[in-house]
Amino acid sequence: MSAPGTPARGKPAPAAQAKPVPEPTPDTQPFWDGCARGELRLQRCRDCGKPYFYPRPICPECGSADVEWFPASGRATLYSYVINHRPARGFEGDGPYAIAVVQLAEGPRMMTNVVGIPNTPEDLILDMELQVTFEQRGDISVPLFGPAGAAR
Amino acid sequence: MADSLWIIGVAMTKFMRYKDRDLIDLGTEAATAALSDAGLTIFDADILAAGCLFDTGGVGQRLQKQIGQTGIPVYNVTNACATGATAFRVAAMAIKAGEASIGLAVGLEQMGKRGLLGAQPAGKDRPYQPSGRYGAVGPVEGVLGTSLMPGTFAQAGMEYAYQHDGVGFEQFARVAEKNHAHSTLNPLAQYQKAFSLEDVMTAEMIAYPNTLLMCCPTGDGAAAAVLCSGERLKSMPDIVRRRAVKVSASVMTSDPYVDGGAVQFDVNTLTRQAADKAYEQAGVGPGDLDLVELHDCFATAELCHYDNLRLCPEGGAGEFIDRRGPWRDGQIPVNVSGGLLSKGHPLGATGIANIYEVSTHLRGEAGDRQIEGAKVGLTHVIGLGSACAVHILEKSAA
Ligand SMILES: [Zn+2]
Repeated sequence: MSAPGTPARGKPAPAAQAKPVPEPTPDTQPFWDGCARGELRLQRCRDCGKPYFYPRPICPECGSADVEWFPASGRATLYSYVINHRPARGFEGDGPYAIAVVQLAEGPRMMTNVVGIPNTPEDLILDMELQVTFEQRGDISVPLFGPAGAAR
Repeated sequence: MADSLWIIGVAMTKFMRYKDRDLIDLGTEAATAALSDAGLTIFDADILAAGCLFDTGGVGQRLQKQIGQTGIPVYNVTNACATGATAFRVAAMAIKAGEASIGLAVGLEQMGKRGLLGAQPAGKDRPYQPSGRYGAVGPVEGVLGTSLMPGTFAQAGMEYAYQHDGVGFEQFARVAEKNHAHSTLNPLAQYQKAFSLEDVMTAEMIAYPNTLLMCCPTGDGAAAAVLCSGERLKSMPDIVRRRAVKVSASVMTSDPYVDGGAVQFDVNTLTRQAADKAYEQAGVGPGDLDLVELHDCFATAELCHYDNLRLCPEGGAGEFIDRRGPWRDGQIPVNVSGGLLSKGHPLGATGIANIYEVSTHLRGEAGDRQIEGAKVGLTHVIGLGSACAVHILEKSAA
């Protein structure tokens, strides 16, 4: 990796509302309801016990339709990331920023952003302990991850 | 090669306009319901065929992301209004070829309120510029025939009326009166409202002789079927074998050349050829049918198909409807689901939804609209352009 921390081009930071806001679907509504209460929820198969994410009505491990929602611990480790120098629409004020894959303590991986530390290769240490935090965007609360134990 | 072909799971969503659910939500509901109807999961399927006309962006793979990514081959198909039936046949052919023993076919469509299919949005008139194979000489729509759906099927009806005595506006209207009446017994129908013959005949004229109530609505919905080889069926539990529906004929045709076919669709010839081949394949005749679900996209179409499917003597479609032959208590009940006219017509779903309807009667599970003692049924769809599918289904002997 080269030239980390290239400064963002001098565009004015748009308002936070300019970031796209997810729209709940029948399958994802329980997830967003959880986020609104500050709770990261996953699904779990009642037949084989497999926890999984993203939301869907069928267990990806065994095909059972007998699945349930449960609150996850919110603990995760940093599995991988890419530093994006071409910010997506609504993220112009954030660049360069990391698009991260975190390994949830319960097993599934999730794509997210890492907040609370500089998004540079020096600060983003693989396997570092993370904890979920939530950012309000419009009517939706979006799960992000910050360093575990950090004051939030 | 598989010795025989069976439907062991089948399901459909209610047809309606869904505001809060998308195409994949609807496909997921139908697919999972069909699988659990068969007592199976997606892990048992060897092949997935997905039929959708308006969304061709890997619908089958997107569906797998909800119902389970098991690595099986996925075939995405489009074939006009025969799209769902084509997906069904892809799964059927894979089983017949011996490549699969269990196949899942899903037909799904989200159309919303789409208006007259084939029509150009108002205000889009631009100076004509010749281009391409079909536009090289001049614009043909509305000049040399029409490809707008109401016009096409109105023309087919008027041609039939011209050729045969006792067929006119009233006979076509009676088809719609019947199907709207039938739909009142079907909770999955988009509309469940009966209309008098006078209501039908005095509704807004769309393309003579089809009034608004003689044209099918647009809408959303999905239907799915789980197919199984005869060999594999033997090792299935009793309950699955008892409810299994035999696919005695599965036939698809396209347009043979006819004079005039270059400027005006011919909805009859390919239907007649498909029907004749299906009767031969199944070893049954029209007289053996206990019910028929046929492609009544317009009331005129249904009347023509009485004749095309040999449900009445040649030229006798007017007399057949006049004596209530296709009513649910008549000689051969036709479209007891309410048909496309009232059940609705989410294009990709239709060719499996009619298989759902007939299968449900053959299983004796159709509730208030059950045709008592149904043992043999026929389904028919036609997509302009053209593609026609006919299936003959039989009650399990087990
Ligand atoms: Zn499971």
